[in-house]
This record gives sequence, structure tokens and C-alpha cells, in this order.
Amino acid sequence: MSHLWLQIIITLIATLALSLVVGRYLARVVTDQKTVLDRVLDPFDNLLYRLIGKQACSQAMNWKSYTFHMLATNLVMALLIYLVLIFQNVLPLNPQHFAGMEPMQAFNTAISFITNTNWQSYGGESTLSNFSQMAAITFPMFTSAATGFVVAIAFIRALLVSDGGANLGNFYRDLIRFTTRVLLPVVVLLSLFLIWQGVPQTLDASVVTDTLQGGHQTLTLGPVAAQEAIENLGTNGGGFFNVNAAHPFQNPSALSNFVLMLLMASLPAALVVMFGHMIRNHRQSTLIYGVMALMLVGFLLLCVIPEQAGTPLLTKLGIDTHASALQAGGNMEGKEVRFGIAQSGLYAAYTTAFTTGSINSMHDSFTPLGGLSTLVQMMLQCVFGGKGVGFLNFLIYGLIGIFVAGLMVGRAPEFLGKKIEKREIILVSLAMLIHPLVILAPSAWSMVVPYGVAALGNAGVHGYSEVLYAFTSAAANNGSAFGGLNANTPWYNLAIACVIMIGRYPSIIFLMAVAGSLAAKPTLEPNIGTLRTDTPLFGIWWLATIVIVGALTFLPALVLGPIAEFFAMNKHLLF
Amino acid sequence: MIKFLSPALRVTAVTFVLCGLAYPFAITGIGQLLFPAQANGSLVQSPEGQVIGSALIGQQWDAPQWFHGRPSATTDTDPKDPLKTVPSPYNAASSSGSNLGPTSQALSDRLTADRHALEQAQPELAGQPLPADMLTTSASGLDPDISPANATLQASRVAQQRGVALDKVLALVQANTQAPSLGVFGESRANVLALNLALQRDYPVHQ
Repeated sequence: MSHLWLQIIITLIATLALSLVVGRYLARVVTDQKTVLDRVLDPFDNLLYRLIGKQACSQAMNWKSYTFHMLATNLVMALLIYLVLIFQNVLPLNPQHFAGMEPMQAFNTAISFITNTNWQSYGGESTLSNFSQMAAITFPMFTSAATGFVVAIAFIRALLVSDGGANLGNFYRDLIRFTTRVLLPVVVLLSLFLIWQGVPQTLDASVVTDTLQGGHQTLTLGPVAAQEAIENLGTNGGGFFNVNAAHPFQNPSALSNFVLMLLMASLPAALVVMFGHMIRNHRQSTLIYGVMALMLVGFLLLCVIPEQAGTPLLTKLGIDTHASALQAGGNMEGKEVRFGIAQSGLYAAYTTAFTTGSINSMHDSFTPLGGLSTLVQMMLQCVFGGKGVGFLNFLIYGLIGIFVAGLMVGRAPEFLGKKIEKREIILVSLAMLIHPLVILAPSAWSMVVPYGVAALGNAGVHGYSEVLYAFTSAAANNGSAFGGLNANTPWYNLAIACVIMIGRYPSIIFLMAVAGSLAAKPTLEPNIGTLRTDTPLFGIWWLATIVIVGALTFLPALVLGPIAEFFAMNKHLLF
Repeated sequence: MIKFLSPALRVTAVTFVLCGLAYPFAITGIGQLLFPAQANGSLVQSPEGQVIGSALIGQQWDAPQWFHGRPSATTDTDPKDPLKTVPSPYNAASSSGSNLGPTSQALSDRLTADRHALEQAQPELAGQPLPADMLTTSASGLDPDISPANATLQASRVAQQRGVALDKVLALVQANTQAPSLGVFGESRANVLALNLALQRDYPVHQ
């Protein structure tokens, strides 16, 4: 058992240490201070600005202009991805002669990857050509990550000005700087590390081998490592292979697994640290970081402990679930031997907290409480959360908390010197209500129509959990799945694509509108009547707001799924 | 509209070339140069020089003289009906887990049947507690490893089949057991292909 705890503690400490360093660097990048890479990258960036259009890359943008440029760019990129996918049969690098993707599935995939969701209704190695893997999958992994990040930057800039927010930065410049100064240098190094660990990187598609026992095995290869690095750094999560980071070619060792977890955690956690540097209030950012970290540790334990305990079914069949030096024990259905329980549970908690969506074990085969932990993190989508958007979601809860607390104790509701008033609260509430709406409504519909129920991979309450997980993952732009659900049907392809879009763009637009509104307000000096938002007391209040709002919204749906299954499992019921 | 569309088209083209083409091609070139063995799938050759698989990808073993990997849930297209699938363990062209949950009757049936088959093949296992990885399917269906506990239990069957003393096979298991990465990360494990290659090298049987 101590082996398990040691791995967890090392991972958490490494995450913390890394985010402090990266956070400082990020702050320098977004506030245009000198960084070590400037000498090389300044000329390169200037070249890119020239190609995009000098004027477009230098104009000041207010919240509307920033948002429209972001939306237009996303639209064009989605279209390009869609075209690559449906025409992959006539494009180069298709040695396996895969057909063009069917339009509905291509629509789902394009939406999924442009929004940083990376939900996959296809199996990578049996559907996509190597060209599609690079041009339609690896490409948007960069831009979607950068999009989420720059939106958060624009929002933070709005908090710091009081001139109406005529200049929240330039979308194109932010996008390019984040790509060349943060994403590219890291993924170049990390993809080489991954190749060293055993991840293939070749333009060949497959090798046929004659096995020792006397049979044939076809090994699928491809440009895996390059995609894998950005998949995790960008909290994207789409995998080259159907089983994603559980595939030994995508994640060959526990060491690569550890590095992948640090990769996906590094930017969302560093964003909070960066926030502290930007607002020059480290008490505030430490408090936010602390609340997020507390939730992460809680959900991590909720995942790992039941997985290590195993299930009554395994015990009944005489399977030894105790951990020892000779075996990991626990619920090993859907887990790899090299990862055992600790590396699988950690990965599951990280991928849903940081809303990456890559998986190294089958969440569908998790114990009810382990599955519940991953599900709830995506429902809250603010346990650090995905790049940029997770941080904004956390602020949403904070603004609601500030407003409610202000009303209760008669203090002026302010955040960083900005008055929080009716307009902001309406916009924030709208942004917050979209998420449960697009999870619960289509989940309920799927359970009452034959074309919804027909796709379930498991019977009984667990089948319902598969559907709930699918829409939660889509709405949270996570992309992981309870993989038993056959989501490649017209209904699920269409519904999930719509949920992904609604989960991504309207909430960003509402939040950018909040940014515009806050930027127009004067920054007030704190006084005796101000409700302080950087005290431990307010941290507890912030957490309570998340728990209460989250619980009120999602508890009934959870009771019908994983919680019911928990009781059924302990009564030895099978479905 | 054109005001937004023109830079949007251009930034798409620029990032597409940079991130979707230049980056993966560059990594392919550097990777092939620095780590050619890994970049091409960590292929393993037999002493005769034949490619017999990848060190990272599990294979199907069912003859009694070999160590067996974990059960695998991968499938392949049904040759009779392309819309259906049939079980095809260790199909490395289509990775997949079972995705069966903890209250699944299908999982219970599969575990029961597999346990029964295991006890038929190796009667001394009847009624014994079995390591967790021995009956459960892996996440990928291609797990190359088994736990040392699993390998140790199989050693007596393998020793008997090959007419070798048990302690010699156990020593081979010991020699082919890898510790956790850096002593900390992940679990101890035995790579089944490496183990079987060593077995065939030291105690060959003619097939």
C-alpha cells in the first residue's frame, strides 16, 4: 500500500513544483516581458505575423472583436478538418487505403477537435490515415488549446483595466505567441522523450510479424509520438489508437505515464500561478490554487481507494485483490499491469480534473465510486479544468459566491476592485446553467428512445451511466468515455457534437461579455465595507458554493447512476 | 465579414503548416535518426533473424509450454458479416478493452468460464486465490506484461511441459521480472514475450 501512496505523493508534489515554474514563465509571455527564447522566436513570430497580416496582428481588440476573431478562426479551422477527414481517401499518406470518413462522423470529429474536446466516435488505428492523424488531429490540438488559453488571458486583462477594455490584447498575436513560446518548444522535447520510451513515430502504417507460437500479428504504427505530446500538454486527449494512452505504443511505461500526467497538469495549474503574477496578488491565486488542489486530492482518493479495494464480483470468484510486491491487486479489469492501480487511478483523476480526456484504463470498468469521481470532476469542470476554461469556470462559481455572500452579510460584492452587479450575475448564471442543461436533457432523452438505448454496452444502471458520462464528457469538453457505449450512431454523433459546441462557445461568449462589462468599471480601492476574496474564510465559502451548486444540479442524476450501482454491487446484483 | 475572414483563413493556413505538417514531419525525421528502434515499433527478432513481434505489444499464447499473457478483449470484423465483430485476442490492429462494469452479468460469466478453463489446464490452481491480472482483461487488449505472481503460478505448468525443474523456470521468471520504473512508478512485471524467448533459448521444445 505504501508503494501506492508514495506514487501519489510524488506526482502531486511534482505537479505543484512544475506549475510554480511554468506559471511564472507564462506570466512573462502574456505580459510581453523578456524570455529566454525571444532571440530565436521574435524574428520567427514576426514572420508569422506578416503572413497572417501585420494589421490584423497589431490591432487592439475589445471583447467583441476578440471573440469574433476567435469564432471566425475556429470556424475556418473546423471546416478544414472536416474536409481533410471526408477526403482522406484521395489525400496522401494513406497506405492502409482507408475510405473517407462518413460525413456525420466527420462533423462530430471536426467539432470535437476544434473545441479541445477530442471525443472520438471512431477507433483511430482502424479509421484514420497518417495524413489525417497529422492534419486533422494533431493540428487542432495546438490551436484549440491555444484558443482556450488566450480567452482566459483576455478575461484576466479585463479585470486589470478600467478604460472600457478597448484593448484586451490581440487574438492572433496571443495565439501565435502561446503556440511558439509555450506549446511547440515543450512538445518537441517531449515527443523525443516519448520516442525514446518506445512510442513509434514513423510514416509507415503497419508491420506484419510471425509470432513465436506460430501465428501472425499486424502491428499498427504511425506518427504517434508527435501527437501524443501535444495531446496531453494541450489537455486535448484524443488518442492515435482506440484505447488511447492505455495502448503500449502510446504509453509504454509507468515513467512515460508519469510524464504525461505532469504534461496535462502543467498548464491548467500554472495558469492559476500566472494569474497571481498578473494581478500582483499571490494571496488570491494561492487561495484559488488551494481550493482546486483540495478538490483534486479529494477526488483522487475517491477514485484510487475503491479501485484498490476491488469489487465483490472479483472477490467471489477467488481473485486476490490485495496489493503486494508481486501484484498490484485491486480492480484490474480494464487496467494495464505496468500501471497497476496507482498509475491508473492517478491518470483517471488527472485526465478528468484537467479535462484532458486521454485515458490509460477503461473508466467503464471502474468501480461505481471510482467512476463517480471521474464523472463529478467533469460535471464541476473547475478542479483546475481544461486550459483556460477551467479557470474561468472556477471564477464563475466565485462570482456567484461573492454576490450571494455580499447579499447575506451586507458587504459590497467586489472582485479585485470590480463591483459585481446584476448584469454580470445574469451573464454568469447563464454561462453556468448551460452546462447542466446540455448534460441532463440529452441524457434523459437518450434513455427513453430506442435509438438511444440500443447503443448501450452494459445493462442496468451502468448502461445509463455510460450515457450520462458521454454527455458530461462532451459538455465539459473532456472527451473521455465510458467506452462501452457505441457512440458512432447518427443520434449520438449529432447530439454529442451539438452538446460539445454549446458546452464550449456560448459560455465563452457570456464570459467575454462579463469581461467587457468588468473592464468598463472603475477599479475600487478596498475599504472596510469590502468583502475580502483572498482569505481562507472566503476559500471555504468558494468551495461551499461549488459543492452546493454542483450537488443541487447533478445529485439526482448521480443517484440514478453510479450511486445506485454502488448499492447494487454491494448486494451482489448483476445486470 | 471579410474583415474577420481574411486573417482567419491566413492564421489557419499558417498554423496548419506549422503544427499539422512541419512539426510531425520534423519529429519523424529526428526520431528516426536518434531512436530508430523505438520509432519503428520496438520490433523483436528471433535468433534466426525473423521479426516475431514488438517488445511492447502482447501476443496470444495458448499452447501449454508457453507463459500466457492476460485475457484480451480485442475483436475483429466477422468474416461472415462485416457489421459484426468476433473475438480476436491480441489483435494489434484494433485495440480495445472489455468495457464491462462491476455489476455486469457478462463479466461474471466470462470470469467464471475463464477460471474454469484455467483450472482444466492446470488442476492445482483449483480453489486457489488467483492474481488479479490473471483473469481480468487489460485496457488495451495488448498488455505485454503479467504480474510476477501470475508468472510464478504458471511456472509449474511450463516446467512440467518442458521437462525442466521448477526452480529453473522460477529463476527465469525472476531474471525477466522488471522492477517499477525508477524504483517508484508503476508495478513489477514480467514481459511475456521476453520470458518465452528466454524459455525457448534455454529449454527449447520442438513445436
